Amino acid sequence: MDNSPSADDAPTSADAPQPAATGSGLADPALHLDTPTRAGRREIPEQPKDPVMLLRDVAVYYGGFRAVKDVNLDFGRREITALIGPSGCGKSTVLRCLNRMNDLVRGARVAGSITYHDQDLYGPKVDPIVVRRSIGMVFQKPNPFPKSIYDNIAYGPRVTGMKPGSMDELVEQALRGAALWDEVKDKLKQNAYSLSGGQQQRLCIARCIAVNPDVILMDEPCSALDPIATARIEDLMIELADRYTIIIVTHNMQQAARVADRTAFFTAEADATTGERTGLLVEYDRTGAMFHNPRDRRTEDYISGRFG
Amino acid sequence: MSTTQTTGVEDPAVAEATSHADLTAGQRSIKDVLFYVGMLASLGIAFTALVALIALMLVQGWPRLNLDLITHFPSSIPARAGAESAVLGSIWVVGFTALFTIPLGVAAAVYLEEFADKQRWYNRLIELNIQNLAAVPSIVYGILGLGLIVQAAGLGQVVLAASLTLTLLVLPTVIIAAREAIRAVPDSIRAGSLALGATQWQTVWRQVLPASVPGIATGVILALSRAIGEAAPLVLLGGLTFIQFNPSGLDSPFTVLPIQIFNWVSRPQDEFEVLAAAAGVVLLVILLAMNSIAILVRNRFQRRW
Ligand SMILES: Nc1ncnc2c1ncn2[C@@H]1O[C@H](COP(=O)(O)OP(=O)(O)OP(=O)(O)O)[C@@H](O)[C@H]1O
Ligand SMILES: [Mg+2]
Repeated sequence: MDNSPSADDAPTSADAPQPAATGSGLADPALHLDTPTRAGRREIPEQPKDPVMLLRDVAVYYGGFRAVKDVNLDFGRREITALIGPSGCGKSTVLRCLNRMNDLVRGARVAGSITYHDQDLYGPKVDPIVVRRSIGMVFQKPNPFPKSIYDNIAYGPRVTGMKPGSMDELVEQALRGAALWDEVKDKLKQNAYSLSGGQQQRLCIARCIAVNPDVILMDEPCSALDPIATARIEDLMIELADRYTIIIVTHNMQQAARVADRTAFFTAEADATTGERTGLLVEYDRTGAMFHNPRDRRTEDYISGRFG
Repeated sequence: MSTTQTTGVEDPAVAEATSHADLTAGQRSIKDVLFYVGMLASLGIAFTALVALIALMLVQGWPRLNLDLITHFPSSIPARAGAESAVLGSIWVVGFTALFTIPLGVAAAVYLEEFADKQRWYNRLIELNIQNLAAVPSIVYGILGLGLIVQAAGLGQVVLAASLTLTLLVLPTVIIAAREAIRAVPDSIRAGSLALGATQWQTVWRQVLPASVPGIATGVILALSRAIGEAAPLVLLGGLTFIQFNPSGLDSPFTVLPIQIFNWVSRPQDEFEVLAAAAGVVLLVILLAMNSIAILVRNRFQRRW
């Protein structure tokens, strides 16, 4: 945990019990694969044990355009999985399929199978609304509702019909879970927009865990934040992984190395005949293994291209 | 580089430095001043016209600007005439217009923005039609109201017929304004709500609509302001000018302020012209009151992203 003071993200006691040495890569631009990471802290089996989600030959189309193909992934329970790769290779596309947010995009279509706890996520009887209650999402740009901090958290439980014994308690728990409680406990009635960007993003995470999801999807959750706010969110992710399965898209390979147990590398390749660029999964492995000795040439190029 | 010539500095580096250091004068300032004066002039003209109008009506109507004006019924004797039935008639007619317009207009806007599939030809047709309807002259709505509501539907020349006609008149404006307001709500808010497991209805009800209240309120008040000032379509509908009783329900005959004013202005006696000016002031006061409600609502629901 960094201890540099910051105007809007002042360190508080809530941060004290967080796991050690996660932000250490920040000070040094080079990728330190030897720094203790989450992957280093605990045993990661070679293959995900009782995976929460299985993707088999998944391809996603936007109208006639095939954005991604050949995606085979198992997301391990209570693991952090990072999706990395160059821009346009379909990371966000794959992520949005996992909680059926792609249903909102006109013409989007998923081929192959996505299984969530032995159920076909795209089965005919599956209600996307119910899916999203178990599989939450945090977006690239913090998007709090134009309401009070309290109402932002309480919104999810209210609309999903949760009947908590005490809503106040639920709100407090969610805010504590997102390491935000101490900063906002005296101003719960204030508009969420009065918070800093980093605080807003943690509010969005709190909002997400308030409905008690099983899986949390994050699409570049730190890309709009400064390094200090980023470090806090990374710490938070590692803490949350004790209870939730987390899948994160990131452009920051140091971030993947710091937080992810496993990493999936995607790339985009042009079709020889049509010239259409389609994303595909190149390699999926434990993060340490992936960064130390990538099996695929393309992975190696990508990793060393950035950090060589 | 023009600095080099005008100031006579030889060294280009020095010229460069001075041209950067010079943060004040330049040709642009003349344009700026002209532009500024232009803006002030436009503002001045609009403001002067408004002040002149109000002053004129106040001065002209002053002798009759008292409570008698709104506590007496029309009369052929100017000294005893008042606009009570017209003021109440306007309030009744516009009140019911609001009651019909707001839910219909907002529902139509919500459908078009949140639910309609814009690829479908009938949705595009509806859109196009609403745009065109907003531009139809009010007298045409009067003809429509007379034929459809008063005669065909057999409602007669009553408050309800007037409200329904004015509803048709202002509905397109309200729909367009409400759509603008709904469209201004960022998609990230909708995505955030849906990602938590809210239904589309919940998202519309609890996020989109509350966030677009300020814009909708503004549109509604603008539309109703237009409705309250309309005389033409209501004259066609049979808004009478000599009503010596207050409206008592949707089925009562009515008159409204603009019709009353029009009637008084067209009388030969000068005293009626004074009455007309005084009634004009009353109409303005009602309009101002409506606008302040809009401002209150806007401030109450003010949102920022
Ligand atoms: N809503 C959409 N409609 C049509 N095409 C889309 C849509 N969203 C994404 N695409 C296309 O799908 C491909 C993959 O996009 P995606 O956003 O998933 O990439 P990404 O890996 O997340 O990129 P980035 O790192 O820049 O976020 C791109 O070619 C993109 O143009
Ligand atoms: Mg993306």
